[in-house]
Amino acid sequence: MSGKLAAVLGTGQTKHVSARKDVSIAGLVREAADRALADAQLEWKDIDAVVVGKAPDMFEGVMMPELYLAEALGALGKPMFRVHTAGSVGGSTAVVASHLVQGGIHERVLTVAFEKQSESNAMWALSIRIPFSQPLVAGAGGYFAPIVRGYIRKSGAPLDTGYKVVLKDRLNALKNPFAHVHDHEITYEKIAESPLLWDPIRYAETCPSSDGAAAMVIGSEAAAAKQDRPVAWIHGTSVKSEPTMGAGRDRVNPHAGRMCAQEVYKEAGITDPFRQIDCAEIYVPFSWFEPMWMENLGFAEEGTGWKMVQDGTTSLTGEMPINMSGGVLSTNPIGASGMIRFLEAANQVRGMAGEHQVPDAKVAMGHAYGGGSQFFAMWVVGSEKPTS
Amino acid sequence: MSEPVTGITTPIRMEYRYTPGRTTSDFLKAMKGGRMEGRRCPSCRKVYFPARGGCSMCGREFAETVPIKETGTLATFAVVNVNFANRVIDLPYVTAEVVFDGADTTTMVLLRGVSPEEVRMGMRVKAHWIPKEEWDYSLANIDYVEPIDEPDAEYDSYKDLV
Repeated sequence: MSGKLAAVLGTGQTKHVSARKDVSIAGLVREAADRALADAQLEWKDIDAVVVGKAPDMFEGVMMPELYLAEALGALGKPMFRVHTAGSVGGSTAVVASHLVQGGIHERVLTVAFEKQSESNAMWALSIRIPFSQPLVAGAGGYFAPIVRGYIRKSGAPLDTGYKVVLKDRLNALKNPFAHVHDHEITYEKIAESPLLWDPIRYAETCPSSDGAAAMVIGSEAAAAKQDRPVAWIHGTSVKSEPTMGAGRDRVNPHAGRMCAQEVYKEAGITDPFRQIDCAEIYVPFSWFEPMWMENLGFAEEGTGWKMVQDGTTSLTGEMPINMSGGVLSTNPIGASGMIRFLEAANQVRGMAGEHQVPDAKVAMGHAYGGGSQFFAMWVVGSEKPTS
Repeated sequence: MSEPVTGITTPIRMEYRYTPGRTTSDFLKAMKGGRMEGRRCPSCRKVYFPARGGCSMCGREFAETVPIKETGTLATFAVVNVNFANRVIDLPYVTAEVVFDGADTTTMVLLRGVSPEEVRMGMRVKAHWIPKEEWDYSLANIDYVEPIDEPDAEYDSYKDLV
């Protein structure tokens, strides 16, 4: 733990769906923020600053939406910051908010992240034509599919590892009322037979396009002492980055991700993450990223993450539950997806995760990544105050 | 009662003048002349293709220009079979990440001349250029790569690039 103590006092999210036609972006973020305040049993006047994040503006075609969201987020006369780190932004936004409290600057900070994918076309925005080259890249899947193929080759993982990740996550999502995809009919066979969109990635192994927002109130030790409901203490935070491309860069097991994990564990006093962390919400937009990140985060030795999928270690009742909420594979309002990971980790240690609660979870991890697997954001939260 | 307006579509178009900078200008001039050029990092000795101004990993400025061959190894690939706005290539198509001989980086190029089911990592390929009279200041002068009659490269020779 670095700086002063800080804790998550309340969380809120919208019911994620493919199109929220009943609200504007302002209405969407307000809904999540109102719920976080209600959960924390606080009012707008109690908030000292607002930190907002979303994925690139191209995704909705609204330039600098924070300009017009200031009113909806109660930021008039208060500091407001926008964070940009591509897909990891929901995570790094929460980290920036927590640092404002840990640094002793503010008592209570509201942090909000969102995406309203129905208002534009993220696949188009991610398939831009780069000057002086061929228009080859087909969205995020087109970029990540060759990397997934690299992982399969390096690890020798069975090809159905990805199917098992999706099956687990989509079944977990049925226990989460806020999840976007609620597919009661899902089966292993349906996943295995779904079309190959970006061979080796099948349609069922990809995240949906969602409209949604997530919010948290992060407060100081004094603010936490006034709460009636359980809080989630922040034990460690870390954000790291690396170049999109570079000779010798490991895209399957990125260096920045390993550094970020090492730093967050060190700060949280964790020496054996697999034993000391009870559950984790990690950013898995394509099924294969679960075993890849299991290795990158040090939960598994390099080349063996897939075994934890195959033997059920990462299931809700397994030894290391991953993405209890259904994960990004079930809900993907891009900018909010990282914050949902952080928020779900907080709710787990508060004992407030509902039907997808891991019994007696005391320490949980939230993880997000973005860009070409080059931005990482992580936190470890606990039910007790950090001792280290 | 008319239908309530809940949204409107407003297409926007932006044109811009791109200034590629010193190294990329040299690289694009070479491409117009039909030459593939990389740059070597003075620190890690790795060769970047397309040529760049400096090494992303070491932070060192490049000085040495290195000729790159038209042949290379397919390190990894994807078969694209999904439709999207702005797509210009017929589906399905194969995006190949090729390590051209002489380079230490992969370049994403289109693979033709082999059916998607037969593509494999380690395949040896060669650049196929668009007609000479159409060459421009562009990497897109390489229309695609196609397999050549050589044994596949050993996995160990390209495993750090997948």
